[in-house]
Amino acid sequence: MTPLAAPTTTILVTIDEKTYSADPGETILDVCKREGINIPTLCFLEGVSTVGACRLCLIEIEGTRKLLPACATVVAPFQKVKTNSDRLKKNRRMTLELLFSERNHICSVCVANYNCRLQDLAHEVGMDHVRFPYLFPDCNVDGTNKIYNIDHNRCIMCTKCVRTCDEVEGAHTWDVRGRGFESRIIADFDEAWGTSPTCTLCGKCVSVCPTGALWHKQSVQNNMKKSPEMVSELTAKRGRKG
Amino acid sequence: MAEGLGKKIVINPVTRIEGHAKISLFLNETGGVKDAQFHVDEFRGFEKFCEGRMFTEMPVITPRICGICPVSHSVASAKAGEMIMRISPPPGGDRLRRLIHLGQTISSHALSFFHLSSPDMLMGWDSDPASRNIVGLAEKFPDLAKRGIRLRKFGQDISLHVTGKKIHTYGIVAGGMQSPITEEGRKAMLDGVAEAIETTKMGLDIFKKYRDANLKEVDSFANFETLYMGTVGPEGELELYDGKLRFMDAGGKIVGDQLDPAKYLDYIVERPVSFSYLKYPYYKPLGYPNGFYRVGPLARLNMASKIKTQLAQAYLTEFKQMGNGRPVHGTFYYHFARLIEMLMAIEQVKALLDDPNILSKEVFAKGFRNQSEGVGSSEAPRGTLFHHYTTDESGVLTKVNLLIATGQNNPGMNRSVLEVAKQYVDGNNLKEGMLNRVEAAIRCYDPCLSCSTHAIGSMPLSIEVLDHEGQLVRVVKRNG
Repeated sequence: MTPLAAPTTTILVTIDEKTYSADPGETILDVCKREGINIPTLCFLEGVSTVGACRLCLIEIEGTRKLLPACATVVAPFQKVKTNSDRLKKNRRMTLELLFSERNHICSVCVANYNCRLQDLAHEVGMDHVRFPYLFPDCNVDGTNKIYNIDHNRCIMCTKCVRTCDEVEGAHTWDVRGRGFESRIIADFDEAWGTSPTCTLCGKCVSVCPTGALWHKQSVQNNMKKSPEMVSELTAKRGRKG
Repeated sequence: MAEGLGKKIVINPVTRIEGHAKISLFLNETGGVKDAQFHVDEFRGFEKFCEGRMFTEMPVITPRICGICPVSHSVASAKAGEMIMRISPPPGGDRLRRLIHLGQTISSHALSFFHLSSPDMLMGWDSDPASRNIVGLAEKFPDLAKRGIRLRKFGQDISLHVTGKKIHTYGIVAGGMQSPITEEGRKAMLDGVAEAIETTKMGLDIFKKYRDANLKEVDSFANFETLYMGTVGPEGELELYDGKLRFMDAGGKIVGDQLDPAKYLDYIVERPVSFSYLKYPYYKPLGYPNGFYRVGPLARLNMASKIKTQLAQAYLTEFKQMGNGRPVHGTFYYHFARLIEMLMAIEQVKALLDDPNILSKEVFAKGFRNQSEGVGSSEAPRGTLFHHYTTDESGVLTKVNLLIATGQNNPGMNRSVLEVAKQYVDGNNLKEGMLNRVEAAIRCYDPCLSCSTHAIGSMPLSIEVLDHEGQLVRVVKRNG
């Protein structure tokens, strides 16, 4: 076993064969973002806690057989990281295909068409078709809220809405029920959103939703613009980092 | 082999009409045509899968019903949404919607006449099907073919300038339009007006020359009496975007006028038939089958008291003269009526582009659900279209009823196929030209299937002769 160097304030990591310095506690995604290395993310949101749920930011670390999420993996001295290997490219495309096949995503009639993180990533990885059979789950649209709608057909269970509602707004209206394919975002105790006594109608969940799952009632067709950076800026001003 | 005993000729596939269609011709013992059925044998379920969506999404979902008349669906959908919200679009939004709707009418009518139907008139019914199309037309009449293509482009470019997209446009919404147009766009649209009028006049001349040379054939082609229905303006003028319904009987008497389209169920009943997924609608007061009516250009021109644009009005007068004071019932006259409508549409486009409201930045009115039901109608290029939505308290659709133009022309198309088949089809000696005439009867109505019935190259088509036990005894076939 090679003895590790004594802890210092700076850690050296090699990412895609280039060496970078990082602070202890930083994630690989933090370093990559700072150094301009593109790693696709979907459930990551600056300013709220990290869950590593979407598996889009997986990276390879030399000596580790498993792929690890860059958003949730802390840098270690002399780590050798690959962010863009053929294995990762295949994996990312497959992950996206599975996301598309799991719910009912019809971009052409979606409010978030051309403003959708899921769609952007599909373009980015060259997903020209889906190899898996579509599951066509029976999902509903909840239009009971007076300002917003939630369409579970378009939800990818990134839980950005859940974390933002809890950690930034402090309302904790949103949560998750069920497991795996059966899991759904719920309002309070699985009630109609419009009857929620906790929802403050702040709209932060709508802003951070990466797809057209949460949308403003006045939004039509492809004009639903999302602004997740609003939440990140808000939390930065409060001096908090996810 | 039981020659001549209750044979059945099947034309399949005719095309796609939101799916597929075929024609069955039933022969009598001497090989003549006894009966005809026009089947739409594929179920699409559009109404059903819209249930559960928000009503505000419908103006972008329903255009997917058809790539030729998406704007009409979007407009009818937006109007139904506005009824649910109890709002109306600002003048700027209203003008833009009229403009884009006229653009679609022009592109659809240009496609129907120049690409699909004029080859029959210019090259002959029995000419080689491989060149009896727009490509063959381009070889023989290059200037005309190019003009026809440019005319269609003129219509589609209106969609492009208004919404940024030629087909399946975004931008028509309940409450008006999503965004205004620019001065550059307005000028670009105006640039094409003069040539569009010229080309349409050329089309009118083609029809009139063909009619003069083949008067007997034109007049007798699927000539039968029905009622007519369509939208008219407050003075009974031809109206394609917004107005009230008018019904006319076969003798030319107006039996219903200035009827509210939102109450369409008071006047129209849809009757299912066993041989097709497409229903048989009829005019309620006259019952089934006396209440069969036709929609589309022929119906609209028969009913219109006048046209408010100068050039088209002159042709309307000529059209009325062809009926000698009665409605024009000959199905072939759909083409003439279509061209006259196109001329009016181009004139109206020019008038709208000269209207200062067209550049208004106020094009959208906001609103929320205020009532459970909404009905919207518009005159699609092929006839009157109704969208009827019912929503729950949150605005989620619980019921959708779409009464489309092709459905309303279904009894008319069936009857036309029968009339033409009786006149031209000889069961003992089937020829391709006979099939073309049967198809042409359908093509007159310009249903959603017209483009695939007359695709580039020869269309895949076969007539199958089956005996009374269903055994195939003969096939006349051409490959696509």
